[in-house]
Amino acid sequence: MSNSHADGAPPKRTIDVVNASLKRRYARERRFRLVGLTAVILGLTFVGLLFADIIAKGHTAFVQTYIQLPVTFEAETLDPAGTRDPETLARANYQAIIRDALRSEFPDVTDRRGTRALGSMISVGAPSHLRDMVLANPDLVGTTREVWLLADDDIDMLMKGHINRDLPESERRVKDQTVGWIEQLEAQGRIEKRFNTIFFTTGTSREPELAGIAGALMGSFYTLVLTLLISFPIGVGAALYLEEFAPKNRWTDLIEVNINNLAAVPSIVFGLLGLAVFIAIFGVPRSTPLVAALVLSLMTLPTIIIASRAALKSVPPSIREAALGVGASPLQTQMHHVLPLAMPGMLTGTIIGMAQALGETAPLLMIGMIAFIVDIPSGFTSPTTVLPVQIFLWADSPERAFVERTSAAIMVLLAFLILMNLGAVLLRRRFERRW
Amino acid sequence: MHSSTLLIIVLGLMSLAYYVGRKRAIVSAGGAGRISTLHSLPTYYGLYAALWAGIPAILLMALWTAFQDEILVTLVKAELPGSMLEGLSPGAVGLLVNDIKNLASGAIVSRVATPEMQAAADRFALFSQIAVWAMWLGVLAFALGGMAFAWARTKPQMRARNRVESIFMVILVVFSSIAILTTLGIVLSVLFESLRFFQEISPLDFFFGTLWSPQTALRADQVGATGAFGAVPLFTGTLMVSAIAMLVAVPIGLMSAIYLSEYAPRRVRSWAKPTLEVLAGVPTVVYGFFAALTVAPFIRELGMSMGLDVASESALAAGLVMGVMIIPFVSSLSEDVINAVPQAMRDGSYALGATQSETIRRVIIPAALPGIVGGVLLAVSRAIGETMIVVMAAGLAANLTANPLDSVTTVTVQIVTLLTGDQEFDSAKTMAAFALGLTLFVVTLALNVIALQIVRKYREQYE
Repeated sequence: MSNSHADGAPPKRTIDVVNASLKRRYARERRFRLVGLTAVILGLTFVGLLFADIIAKGHTAFVQTYIQLPVTFEAETLDPAGTRDPETLARANYQAIIRDALRSEFPDVTDRRGTRALGSMISVGAPSHLRDMVLANPDLVGTTREVWLLADDDIDMLMKGHINRDLPESERRVKDQTVGWIEQLEAQGRIEKRFNTIFFTTGTSREPELAGIAGALMGSFYTLVLTLLISFPIGVGAALYLEEFAPKNRWTDLIEVNINNLAAVPSIVFGLLGLAVFIAIFGVPRSTPLVAALVLSLMTLPTIIIASRAALKSVPPSIREAALGVGASPLQTQMHHVLPLAMPGMLTGTIIGMAQALGETAPLLMIGMIAFIVDIPSGFTSPTTVLPVQIFLWADSPERAFVERTSAAIMVLLAFLILMNLGAVLLRRRFERRW
Repeated sequence: MHSSTLLIIVLGLMSLAYYVGRKRAIVSAGGAGRISTLHSLPTYYGLYAALWAGIPAILLMALWTAFQDEILVTLVKAELPGSMLEGLSPGAVGLLVNDIKNLASGAIVSRVATPEMQAAADRFALFSQIAVWAMWLGVLAFALGGMAFAWARTKPQMRARNRVESIFMVILVVFSSIAILTTLGIVLSVLFESLRFFQEISPLDFFFGTLWSPQTALRADQVGATGAFGAVPLFTGTLMVSAIAMLVAVPIGLMSAIYLSEYAPRRVRSWAKPTLEVLAGVPTVVYGFFAALTVAPFIRELGMSMGLDVASESALAAGLVMGVMIIPFVSSLSEDVINAVPQAMRDGSYALGATQSETIRRVIIPAALPGIVGGVLLAVSRAIGETMIVVMAAGLAANLTANPLDSVTTVTVQIVTLLTGDQEFDSAKTMAAFALGLTLFVVTLALNVIALQIVRKYREQYE
């Protein structure tokens, strides 16, 4: 038989057909596998690209350019009467001191335009910084000190290389004259980048160099605390009832279908609900952590309920039977025995729900969190914004310096989210029990 | 006199009531050694007292804060001279009331205050002062009264545990009904405004009109003076962005699910899967930023270098990034259904001599198809409802186009733009947002119901 091939006769046995096609089939197998691998690698590449892009754009925002100037706190300008009255000191013209300091640093600049360009190197927030210095220490009046002043965002961008010095002058925001001054300051070691504390300690601002995330961060904090306080008890209670006590009837069926559907309702629809019900009907003040927390609680409830029910399901019935057997009431059984065992699972689900709430933006735009609020919120009913909305607002700002600030704010947001998710994973690893 | 202070005081009273109730139960039993004569454990008597102290007081407080403002405004309005309200539209009256309130609280007022307004503001301030005092007194009286009531009823025979438990059950039932209330709230709020919208604009014009320009004109003779509300360009824009997203997400998501569940070594799987799922945890506003500042300029430059005319806010950029966002969603849902296919079916296929990829393509995928379709439908509904990416990376101009390099707008973008500007509740512009919201809600709901039905049917098949 083995010579039938040699004879050139067509193979007749199945095995020969199979063998003939094997090479093709194996090639196809390899190709399929490769396509799968490519898909995974593509997905992973997207993760890498996203993070690399954000970090590359944002890491420079953690430092900020400062310019050192010998500032003379002239008594003439600040406190002509010599009373050291805080009221007078607070109202004095600190802009003038900065202008004088710049003038004495660059004596050859005399024309109006040059003076103005000189002044625009320093941030508009610098005078209030000087004022705070003087108010904290009135003895400064009449002395001359070397002070590090916050530079304007254009100078900051130039120092960080986001404005290319090699471009022709007409295409550059910073003119040749200013670049010359900067180079002069650089040579004297009077310009340097320092850790950006403003970013972490102030509210937002129209000036990029003065804008910080503290207001949004506190807003997110208040919102999240309130969301947790509202949604955790309700979610766990609802799960407990549906899983352990509810009779099987139409009503509970309806609730169940509802919860599954609510989990998939677009988040913006919850914003419409918040606008039409909480704000228009109940008169909850808009832009506050309170109204945001109400909306976000409704959004995260399905997540918490579904996770809590799964956690309750995983507690074996023998626990319940044992408790009921020694005379505990049904509610005692749940409260004393089932709930503590299910708690890690419930907490994991809650943390994941809170992470969703922390990153949520769209519904909050509807309920007025988009307002421009500089003050750091002081409570649950003071107007505020939250971190994701702040990111959205900054991303819309045209200044180049806001791009790095937006990315830095995103990095802070992602850091919190990663921490929360890591917490959830650890909680699950540490306390998960297999029965 | 902040109401949160009052809430904290009530909570304090509740813990006091718990302590007192528990003590009282032990005393009434005749000392700690004889608590076996009590019907329930002393703790339950304490809880009973705490609930009586807290629940009526907190309910009163909630009702009071909900209605105080309205009642005060009605009182103040009733005392305004009739000449001030004559001939004013409801909106203008609301503005007047607002000014009076601002005057009372010392905030900025939009007009010069007349003596009548000043008088009304003083009255308002006085009334609010009285109302706050009355609320404090009422709430504290309720709390203490509840405590006293529970104290009086605490006797060894009282079935404290049963009472406490039935209150708890009521609370649990209320909690679980909140899901229904939420859905009801969504449907009613969206439906109510939409119906008002459809009284002004015919539904036919809305669903089949091809011109969308919701800006109301300044001059009467301007083209489209009442605004045009033809939503077809929004629907096509939404569909295009979602379709691009699905073209990215479905192949990548499905193939990586197959690879990870069928081929990948355990070690690779254990880190690749969570890494992919990071994509699902990234907030959408981050994707929006990525799309608007990185992907869109990149695509624009790429298109320009190939001689194509690319809008700076192209549908392609938004769709691509949205697709990336949805990858983990598709892949984890597909993986679930692939894993649910019984091992026996795989073994049967291998026994017949099929290679692994042949098994996957000829046996597993057909078997898992309903589940995969369900998952994809869920993903589509998510893409349609996604807001931030399109708000930041897609345009505002309602173009009726099939060119993915053009700028399009979507339903969600329009909802956001219509509702984040200056808004009055009765303008057609605002109500149009609710009509769009209704459409969005109905479509995503239908997709979800169908998808969940398919997935559930499929699960039953193999369980």
